[in-house]
Amino acid sequence: MGRIVSPEAFLNPGDDVAVKKRLADAALNAAKSKGASYADVRIGRYLNQFVITREDKVQNIVNTESYGVGVRVIANGCWGFAAVVDVKSEAQMAKAAEDAVAIAKANAKLMKEPVQLAPQKGFGEVSWKAPIKKNAFEVPVKEKADLLLSVNAAAMANGANYVNSVMFLVNEQKYFASTDGSYIDQDVHRIWPIFNITAIDPKTGKFETRNALSAPMGMGYDYLQVNPKDKVTGVTTRYNMGYDMLEDATAGAKQAKEKLTAKSVEAGKYDLILDPSHLWLTIHESVGHPLELDRVLGYEANFAGTSFATLDKWQSKNFQYGSKQVNLVADKLQVGSLGAVGWDDEGVNTKKWDLVKDGVLVNYQAIRDQAHIIGEKESHGCCYADSWSSVQFQRMPNVSLAAGKTPLSVDDMIKDVKKGIYIIGDGSFSIDQQRYNFQFGGQLFYEIKDGKIVGMLKDVAYQSNTQEFWNSCVQVCDDKDYRLGGSFFDGKGQPSQSSAVSHGSSTARFNGVNVINTARKI
Amino acid sequence: MAILSKEEAKKIIDKVLALSTADEISVGLSGDRSGNIRYARNSVSTSGETTDLSLSVTSVFGKKSGTATINEFDDASLEKTVRRAEEIAKLAPDNPEYMPMLGPQQFLETKSFAESTAAINPDFRAQAAFNSIDPCIKKNLTAAGFLQDSAGFSAMGNNKGLFGYNRATSVDFSITVRTADGTGSGYVARDYNDASKLDTKSATEVAMQKALASVNTKALEPGKYTVILEPTAGVDLLQNMMRSMDARNADEGRSFLGKKGGGTRLGEKLFDERVTIYSDPMNLEIPGSPFSGDGRPQEKVTWIEKGVVKNMYYSRFWAQKQGVKATPPPSGFIFEGGNESLADLIKGTEKGILVTRFWYIRAVDPQTLLYTGLTRDGTFYIENGQIKYPVKNFRFNESPVIMLNNVEAIGKPVRASGNLIPPLKIRDFTFTSLSDAV
Repeated sequence: MGRIVSPEAFLNPGDDVAVKKRLADAALNAAKSKGASYADVRIGRYLNQFVITREDKVQNIVNTESYGVGVRVIANGCWGFAAVVDVKSEAQMAKAAEDAVAIAKANAKLMKEPVQLAPQKGFGEVSWKAPIKKNAFEVPVKEKADLLLSVNAAAMANGANYVNSVMFLVNEQKYFASTDGSYIDQDVHRIWPIFNITAIDPKTGKFETRNALSAPMGMGYDYLQVNPKDKVTGVTTRYNMGYDMLEDATAGAKQAKEKLTAKSVEAGKYDLILDPSHLWLTIHESVGHPLELDRVLGYEANFAGTSFATLDKWQSKNFQYGSKQVNLVADKLQVGSLGAVGWDDEGVNTKKWDLVKDGVLVNYQAIRDQAHIIGEKESHGCCYADSWSSVQFQRMPNVSLAAGKTPLSVDDMIKDVKKGIYIIGDGSFSIDQQRYNFQFGGQLFYEIKDGKIVGMLKDVAYQSNTQEFWNSCVQVCDDKDYRLGGSFFDGKGQPSQSSAVSHGSSTARFNGVNVINTARKI
Repeated sequence: MAILSKEEAKKIIDKVLALSTADEISVGLSGDRSGNIRYARNSVSTSGETTDLSLSVTSVFGKKSGTATINEFDDASLEKTVRRAEEIAKLAPDNPEYMPMLGPQQFLETKSFAESTAAINPDFRAQAAFNSIDPCIKKNLTAAGFLQDSAGFSAMGNNKGLFGYNRATSVDFSITVRTADGTGSGYVARDYNDASKLDTKSATEVAMQKALASVNTKALEPGKYTVILEPTAGVDLLQNMMRSMDARNADEGRSFLGKKGGGTRLGEKLFDERVTIYSDPMNLEIPGSPFSGDGRPQEKVTWIEKGVVKNMYYSRFWAQKQGVKATPPPSGFIFEGGNESLADLIKGTEKGILVTRFWYIRAVDPQTLLYTGLTRDGTFYIENGQIKYPVKNFRFNESPVIMLNNVEAIGKPVRASGNLIPPLKIRDFTFTSLSDAV
């Protein structure tokens, strides 16, 4: 994570761009002089602040900063990488570049095929800043702790027995330079405020929980500015680009209590109405991961697994991933999303592309050394490393379900459902290593009978198969209902790296999905 | 040098302690050299080595504490770090659950360091990968594996007189072998403190056998089956259960060990009487650290004895509040077993399913410790004591608490992910759906 610092250290702007350019050039020149055919340099300053509370106590405040450089080269057709902490001199940069070239040359002896890098034009000296309105690192820690304590108090006042709340804040200050002639300075911000409320029935010894309906966002502290236009009302309030944490905790405490006496679901087939606060995770697991090209090719076989979405299915041009209503889009541009940047971690300008169009599998997620495998001339721009000390590799861009083209509200969608369950918020999740069979829980489950919500359910999880599930999608609400969810800590690789990614959707309906009852006695 | 001797570490820690102006100060000093090699599609994809040495200072005024870390060791940097920790402490809110630092402690001398592991270099890793990839290439199979090793030390000291020092090594290896057409897959994982015990070739050969034996699967109906869980399959569920034995959560009523009407299930028989689980940092197969992160000594603790919950682990704050001994959570668990091998358990099974590995295990209900997940990389049907044919993978929904009430047989424990876990034969294990994944 980096060294622990005082919050004031976050206000230090870090090294000037001119200094970074000088350092980067030292590495690029050294790499070339040692025989590298390509080199890139990432100078990264990573700031993290975590504020952790329970009930009326601040349990911990963690402030960390990590600064260093990663140099990646191609020499003798093979990748090599070296990293240095707290870089200060050009000599250190040159040494890192030389180490990377030496590793590349050593690895080249075991190489089967030389790296084929998709061409990329240089962009000169450019920059990108997340369009935040309020830098969370400039907000005093006390203000954040006080907000969380007030959230906890609201939960306790509304029937919670226990409440934990946390605020995660991240700022990545990244400088990228390559032998292609790019010098890219970027400033990325992320925020994720969460809580977990527990309600206990002392008579039965049973407990239930309700987690926050917030989303991790590529935003500043402005995500916590309450604005009525960001609220989606209905059976419970959900949030768009602004989160009312106090309101959600108040509702959450009442709902955790309500869950204690909710009806236990009867297992069987139901039509599911899935809210964006829930559906993001199903998209992430059953669309985002299986369409990572490195998984498809077998590079993740020993850990995360491979993929059912094999190249022959894509080549057939008629693999029906989902129904005609299903359009799944990869997007590294989406404002406020976790994946949005100007350029990826190998200097490729970001873009938006189709993965599944009208239900048919049309593309994957590929980076520069993979583009040729799927016959593309350029990278998709979705390469990422979680630190200056990690090697960049293919990571999931934002992958989202496009909103329905026909006007449709959630209320209208529910009206047509005879026997269904409306699921809000993400819960337990599990999927096999080729991404066929999955099981998902949730936070709130409402029973739908003959077009009406009739009450709360509990002990609900649904099981399906990716292709079957997406082909059972019969309706997607229009763009008025479109919201982002996402993962703040998505793991991949060995050693594991973490990345943050958003998934947007409008509420969608899936017919005849298998629901199980998860209640047990011990 | 990333691995300091006890004397070198103590000298630095004492120097830092002397710089303190706070009520209390504790210093942690640790360093390691770690390396890894990763391969896939029968070719090395990444490899690397890093060394790290870092010092962490926690200063306390009253109930306010602050921490600062540094990886430079000149006098000025040490002084700066102590002052920084003190500044952060002064600005911090009071922690009402703060516990004063511990005084001198007696620590066991555990055998957690092996020279063979400390001596690992890039050539060793490349050879280990070659020994795993080469047999796969010769049989037209595809290997994907990962080896990581670490050798390091950790030391801690405070101004109440506590000092602890320990050296530890570890090596972890895992290999997935797939048939060229992707219809068969096998997996093996090994972990040791002592790298001289690691043989990547023989481990890979087991994964190869499983890959070849797992093609042409038959689909069985989901339902309740007698299963034999290899230690690699059983370890995650058992470890998840043992990590849920925090006393505070139980006292607060939000744990499987919470009791109706309040209190905990300490002393209750929750499992089959053949179930005994303990921890022991002196165990030579899984030697642990002699101290926990906050300086409490690690010692032998029996957690479950003949099915009865005997101990739960406590934070120091919660133990003081409850007036009990503050037993820390251990690093690894030892599940007592018998002498039967995995092969013996298979031989003694009329009808059942052999599970190599579980995957993507996630909690479904913390109240009952219900977990879901899937079988992976080698699932086989057993009939009349013999493996008959490979079966399609299943999704399960099962609680380790229920599982340990349905024990048919317990084999001889072997090391798995830092624990000693026997192969387990369990009846009525709940599979809820089929997966097409290989």
